[in-house]
Amino acid sequence: MSADASPNDESDGAAPSATEFAELQARVEELEADLASVETDDGPDKMVIIATKGTLDMAYPPLILASTAAAFGYEVTVFHTFWGLEIIHEENSKNLQLSSVGNPNMPVPNLIAALPGMDHMTTRMMRSRIADNDVASIEELIETAIASGVDLQACQMTIDLLDYDEDDFYDGVTTGVGAASAFQDMADADVQLLV
Amino acid sequence: MSTQTADTTLDVKGENCPMPVIKTKGAFDELAAGETMEVLSTDSGSMSDIAGWAESTQGAELVDQVEATDSGTNVYKHYVRKVE
Repeated sequence: MSADASPNDESDGAAPSATEFAELQARVEELEADLASVETDDGPDKMVIIATKGTLDMAYPPLILASTAAAFGYEVTVFHTFWGLEIIHEENSKNLQLSSVGNPNMPVPNLIAALPGMDHMTTRMMRSRIADNDVASIEELIETAIASGVDLQACQMTIDLLDYDEDDFYDGVTTGVGAASAFQDMADADVQLLV
Repeated sequence: MSTQTADTTLDVKGENCPMPVIKTKGAFDELAAGETMEVLSTDSGSMSDIAGWAESTQGAELVDQVEATDSGTNVYKHYVRKVE
């Protein structure tokens, strides 16, 4: 669609009257004040991660991102729900498993991957690769996250559902929180992720 | 190649992502204004990670990044200064 090339017939080229000028000036001042309040209301940068998976491979991304964001000066909350609770469960976190079933990138066919003992073997292989590549352990990342001020939260509903006790989690983990507080944090945050 | 001087050294050789950045941040917080810290890493990803961290962190200035070889191992040296 081509625009009408006729000259702007609204403008007669005359300077604004003194009243118009004063109105414009008042409006500019009003907008500047609004902008200033927007800029100061922002507060610190925030990130919220919802961690829902408890396999060895899926435990890493939330912990790595959370600690990294904290190093960038972000206030970080990780809300662990369902199997995500395994990551911050002091005992279970040391024994997170990797499944070879349902992952087409695994070098064995699903039919063989489903045999008893295969998950154990896959997990052992992954753990030795993690150690060989100087990748931090889950425990180390949890300690780092807590030391960096990351708020690791355990969803109360799923603690009860999976029959865990509040004392089962690492020291420093926040319990007694639910979807509403997670949502409130997400609404406030600059970055929100579901893992 | 310029040789940089530093007030402190942080050795994170043998550690992988995300630890170099996290430990850099921790040690940076301990610096006094005007001080420069040298960070030694064997993680090649630390080149972009520490540059990105310094760019986003108020008061951190990336003075230099140098890639060197120490008995067959690549060592990435970062120089971060704390400005006022």
